[in-house]
Amino acid sequence: MLDKVLFYFFAGLAVASAVLMVTRRNVVHSAIFLITALLATAGIFLQLRAEFLFIVQIILYVGGIMVLFVFVIMLVNLDVALQQIQFARQKWVALFVALALAGQAGFMFWSSGKVPGQGFPVLTAAAAGNLPPNSETVAHSLFESYLLPFEIASVLLLVAMIGAVVMAKKRT
Amino acid sequence: MNAVFQSTIEFLKVFWAPLLCGLAVVAILPLIVGYIVLVERKIMADMQARLGPMRVGPHGLLQPIADAVKLLIKEDIIPDNADKLVFWLAPVLSVGAALLSLAGLAIGPAFQIAQDINIGILFVVGVSAMGIFGIVLGGWASNSHYSLMGALRSSAQLVSYETAAGMALVSALLFTGTLNIKSIVEAQSKEGIWFVMLAPVAFFTYLVASIAETNRAPFDLPEAESELVAGYMTEFSGFRWSLYFLAEYANMIVVASVATTLFLGGWLRPFASVRWLNFLDFIPALLMVAVGIYCVQRVPKQPTRVQQMFMLAVAGLCFVLGLALLAPVVVPAAKPFYAGIHGAFWFIFKVSLYIYFFMWLRFTIPRYRFDQLMRLGWHFLIPLSIVNVLLVGVALIAGAYFHLQGWGLLLVTTPAAVMALIVAFLILAIEKEHGARRDQTSAPDFYAG
Repeated sequence: MLDKVLFYFFAGLAVASAVLMVTRRNVVHSAIFLITALLATAGIFLQLRAEFLFIVQIILYVGGIMVLFVFVIMLVNLDVALQQIQFARQKWVALFVALALAGQAGFMFWSSGKVPGQGFPVLTAAAAGNLPPNSETVAHSLFESYLLPFEIASVLLLVAMIGAVVMAKKRT
Repeated sequence: MNAVFQSTIEFLKVFWAPLLCGLAVVAILPLIVGYIVLVERKIMADMQARLGPMRVGPHGLLQPIADAVKLLIKEDIIPDNADKLVFWLAPVLSVGAALLSLAGLAIGPAFQIAQDINIGILFVVGVSAMGIFGIVLGGWASNSHYSLMGALRSSAQLVSYETAAGMALVSALLFTGTLNIKSIVEAQSKEGIWFVMLAPVAFFTYLVASIAETNRAPFDLPEAESELVAGYMTEFSGFRWSLYFLAEYANMIVVASVATTLFLGGWLRPFASVRWLNFLDFIPALLMVAVGIYCVQRVPKQPTRVQQMFMLAVAGLCFVLGLALLAPVVVPAAKPFYAGIHGAFWFIFKVSLYIYFFMWLRFTIPRYRFDQLMRLGWHFLIPLSIVNVLLVGVALIAGAYFHLQGWGLLLVTTPAAVMALIVAFLILAIEKEHGARRDQTSAPDFYAG
């Protein structure tokens, strides 16, 4: 029961703040609502007992990426940005993509249980006191089962980092 | 409605103790912070050969309460063109993040609000880093150039030094293999050696980075009064201003506690595993009694009756604390409380020493220039901390190969530390050459970052 209440609280908060983030005209307000949405998602992770994902969400998205977002927003001249009509040309494409996504999700919900092998697998919950230690489990799967993808992703990030440094460097 | 009520009951049944503890911390922390400020003013006065606050209470002991009352009844000013909602939200965010991160800390084996979180140290570091939003949004919402500049500086500084601090934490965590705060301290008690000995370079990096993260001198560029009035706090007054102040000092407590937990052995006594040094257990009690006797000695010198009574009360408090600290060592019946009471004493003692070091630096070293600060972070601390993580890792593998444990680990970690130091000097030499060339070609960019 408590789990359900917490889930609907965080999920509602996430959806509401996501909507508010898109509809606000003021960029900083949008950023605040995006932070709220990300925090609410972190809350859902915590409700699912995924402590490690919860803190990674907070450290990476809220503490890292959003700080840079807000930082950039403050450096940009907001008055100019506000006068421009934004996203106008993408309206129909966005609508189409959103409808397609909603249709797919709806099909997943509808088909679960009806078509064998389709829809969401329903997992049984582990007893709360019986969970394996979170960060250790993540570490084992990252560095044992998925070592190669992990390394490829790191190399990709390194390339992006070096590229950013090269582009930011003054040409003297 | 019934379901909501039921789940609330269910929630309270499980969480009543942490909730009460949290409430207590929120209630007591402002008082503690007030007294840290008083101690800071007294230390500053001592270093500058003055007396400091002396008027309110004996030796200014009631000054924090007078200050708090003044701040509470001050007029609350909101600038006309400020973004009212964000202006209201920003200080709350700052102080909320700082208070929330306190929940993960363990003051002793028994005193921890959020018991045994698997991700303990990450929780504390990650949540306290969220306080930056309070500063940035506050600076933006004030709609003032000084505030915005302070906020920009602050976020640039925090993002830069977060990396170095994180790498320093990784070096220490390599020894434990866990993020749980209790397990980290227990690992140090099992090894019989604090991680500051095993990873001194990491401790140094964390020390510098933590000063920068808490915006303290010599890295207090975001609120440099000679350049930016008061930085992001320029437009804030009264209670809101005091919230920012509270957040700053709470953050100091948080970084000091993280350093204590990871590097200084948490709640452990110095040389906790050495039997013949057990007489060190008497030190806390002796310290308290000494302070009490000093207070009693000062009583006749107080000018008024009230102040004399107050001084006696302080002495009495010291004696009671001394007794409480003595009991677990002497009385066998009180033995079970030893870990809790003495743990809390040593933890608070180490945190105080760390904060004292912050203050000492503040009154000793002049403020950095902003481009120097950025260069120190990116060109010196981050490379050094990354190299140190690598070296500590190699040392650990070597230690496992030779089956070294405890003090024996020093055999492999000391060469690693020496090599890290050599790397540090190399980086400094290269930096010096580059810096000299850069200063010749272009003027420093004061708002860089």
